[in-house]
Amino acid sequence: MSQIETDAPIVSFRNVQKSYDGDALIVKNLNLDIRRGEFLTLLGPSGSGKTTSLMILAGFEEPSSGDIVLEGRSLNRVPPHKRDIGMVFQNYALFPHLTVEENLAFPLKVRKLDSLTIRSKVARALSMIELDKYAHRYPAQLSGGQQQRVALARALVFEPKLVLMDEPLGALDKQLREHMQIEIKHIHKQLGVTVVYVTHDQSEALTMSDRVAVFHDGEIRQIDTPLGLYEHPRSSFVANFIGENNQLNGTLLQRHGETCEIQLPYGERVTARATNIGEVGGAVSVSIRPERVLINGASHDSSNRFNGRIQEFIYLGDHVRIRMEVCGNPDFIVKMPINQLDTHLREDDVVPLGWSVEHARALDPI
Amino acid sequence: MSDMSPAVLLTNTGVPMKAQLRRIERVSQLKSLALILPLLLFLIVTFMLPIAAMLRQSVSNPEVVRVMPATLQALKHWNGKTMPDEATSRALLSDLTRAGGDGYALAAAGKRLNMEIAGYRSLVMKTVRHLPEERAAPSARAALLTVDDRWGDPAYWHAIARNASPTTPFYLLASLDHNVNDQGEVVHSEPDRAIYLDVFARTFGMSLVVTLVCVLLGFPVAYLLATLPTRKSNLLMILVLLPFWTSVLVRVAAWIVLLQSGGLINSALIGLGLTREPLELVFNRTGVYISMVHILLPFMILPIYSVMRGISPSYMRAAISLGSHPILSFWRVYFPQTVAGLAAGGLLVFILSIGYYITPALLGGPKDQMVSYFVAFYTNTTVNWGMATSLGTLLLLATLILYAVYNRLIGANRLQLG
Repeated sequence: MSQIETDAPIVSFRNVQKSYDGDALIVKNLNLDIRRGEFLTLLGPSGSGKTTSLMILAGFEEPSSGDIVLEGRSLNRVPPHKRDIGMVFQNYALFPHLTVEENLAFPLKVRKLDSLTIRSKVARALSMIELDKYAHRYPAQLSGGQQQRVALARALVFEPKLVLMDEPLGALDKQLREHMQIEIKHIHKQLGVTVVYVTHDQSEALTMSDRVAVFHDGEIRQIDTPLGLYEHPRSSFVANFIGENNQLNGTLLQRHGETCEIQLPYGERVTARATNIGEVGGAVSVSIRPERVLINGASHDSSNRFNGRIQEFIYLGDHVRIRMEVCGNPDFIVKMPINQLDTHLREDDVVPLGWSVEHARALDPI
Repeated sequence: MSDMSPAVLLTNTGVPMKAQLRRIERVSQLKSLALILPLLLFLIVTFMLPIAAMLRQSVSNPEVVRVMPATLQALKHWNGKTMPDEATSRALLSDLTRAGGDGYALAAAGKRLNMEIAGYRSLVMKTVRHLPEERAAPSARAALLTVDDRWGDPAYWHAIARNASPTTPFYLLASLDHNVNDQGEVVHSEPDRAIYLDVFARTFGMSLVVTLVCVLLGFPVAYLLATLPTRKSNLLMILVLLPFWTSVLVRVAAWIVLLQSGGLINSALIGLGLTREPLELVFNRTGVYISMVHILLPFMILPIYSVMRGISPSYMRAAISLGSHPILSFWRVYFPQTVAGLAAGGLLVFILSIGYYITPALLGGPKDQMVSYFVAFYTNTTVNWGMATSLGTLLLLATLILYAVYNRLIGANRLQLG
């Protein structure tokens, strides 16, 4: 056989549909290529079909129609225990009656490796997660973070082609979660294994992933790198779901190639990049990131300039969020690094503000 | 920070903090004690005291001591080989004379001695009846021998001597087919009296069979209950609990109707041509098993179910995703986690089984009776409290040992699980 091309997908979803009751589709016509060695995150609110897609890939759910192809071979008839896909569960699913060592040895014993190989692989896995001293403990005697690491090691110890993670950090506290995000990312880099990760936490998705697929209502709304998703959302849903977003609703006045002009309800006009718009006269929503809004003198050169009334300062240590009323939107947020804040500003002050055309995107209305 | 000695921490009012904390704790303990007090009193009166009384009764032996104090005193110096001396015989005569006025005590002593040697009661009664005439006799020994020459047999005197103490192991030993012989050794009872070890063996054997059948039938049902969607499992749960809503007596009667030779099941079998003769399903071991399993099954299902409910389905999925076949995954990962429930259900069913009375009594034959039947027999028919309570004590002991074993096995297992 010829060598598989490096950028050939390891897994492909082809027109996959899933319905439980025959009335509603949980997954609508999913087409997705997962590249070898990448860290792909399926991101979406609960009920968006991301976990179902993962379970279809793991083999615990059957697609109602469509195909899953792993390395050129259809997986539809392959039972889950023969797929050779590692999996990390939200509640870790460490076997409570087995020690850490026995948990790690489980997939190796199932594969009938000889005991010497098993011992060396388990030892290597334990040192990877730095839990050598805990080999003979039971899962219940470990902290949440340690259990998580063992679950991770168990999914990797039999060297699967693909590792699936279903909200594995959901049960950890914020600090530990951020620490584990980096740790998982490092392990991914170190082993070069392909990871499919499911989460509803967008910051987690941005931190860890090579690519993120944003799920909504059983469809992928956008699949892109974290930077691409944040800076170039293709729909209002993605703009609002990933990071913080200011939204101004209006109607499309005219279009000039890459940019367009939108009229807001009180008559103001905004120029924005024409990313996802319909016909002239149709409803449009303009999306601007809070950190792209400039205030006072800084906004002087912006092509979109308005006045805003300051409603509230929200102090967050490293930056300040200023809630303003802008163009009829009472919840317009401006994010400002603490060292750029003009300390003379007070609530109810009316200040000029603005943003450049490239940071405003005209998207579908919500 | 502080110049004060760190040894004693004081509250604002100058009371040592530890004393203050202790006081607060004591008050809260008193409050909780007050809440459980009514139940505690109820349990003491209806549960603890009867059990204590039962334990005491099983070794209590006041009858002979009460009636024959002088005889027992005199027998202390007896060599045990020949008929006792004149003084002892006289003591017996005077004891019996004194006791003649208290017919109840005398009857009780006679009955007690009759357990040692058959016919002893009539010997005592006969001797008492003949006393007035023999009183003037110069030799008490001769007088006794004239009344009945059994007094010449040292065995009858041994029987009295064995009851010198107000407590006795006699009933407990008898419940285990043993007794104390004339030489003071513990020996096997004669074959015609040695039935209780068989009864205990039968009781434990039948309980074991019932428990095993309950495990085999109950485990899959519990698994279904734990894994079905809520609506279906609720319906199934009602079916499981249904037997609880009817009295045991009614259900046993229903089983007789169903299982008897002209009953529903046999008619159906004959009607379908599966059998020509009616099967013997009742008034034998089969009937007892069928009914006991039916009654005890919920006690097996519920503990297993409650344990299974706590087992996340992701364990099975994890095992499968790690490459283990679903059936092997069940055996290696799911089953070990249900052991606590299995043990609890098994213990519960077994302990309930060894105390079963009404079902074997109504559905079984004479060879299917369990220990409780004999407890009832000694309580209601022969009014032998000693045997009834010592059989009960042994049952209680068996239960406690089982519980200790369970605690050791499952308790230790729990510890491992955290």
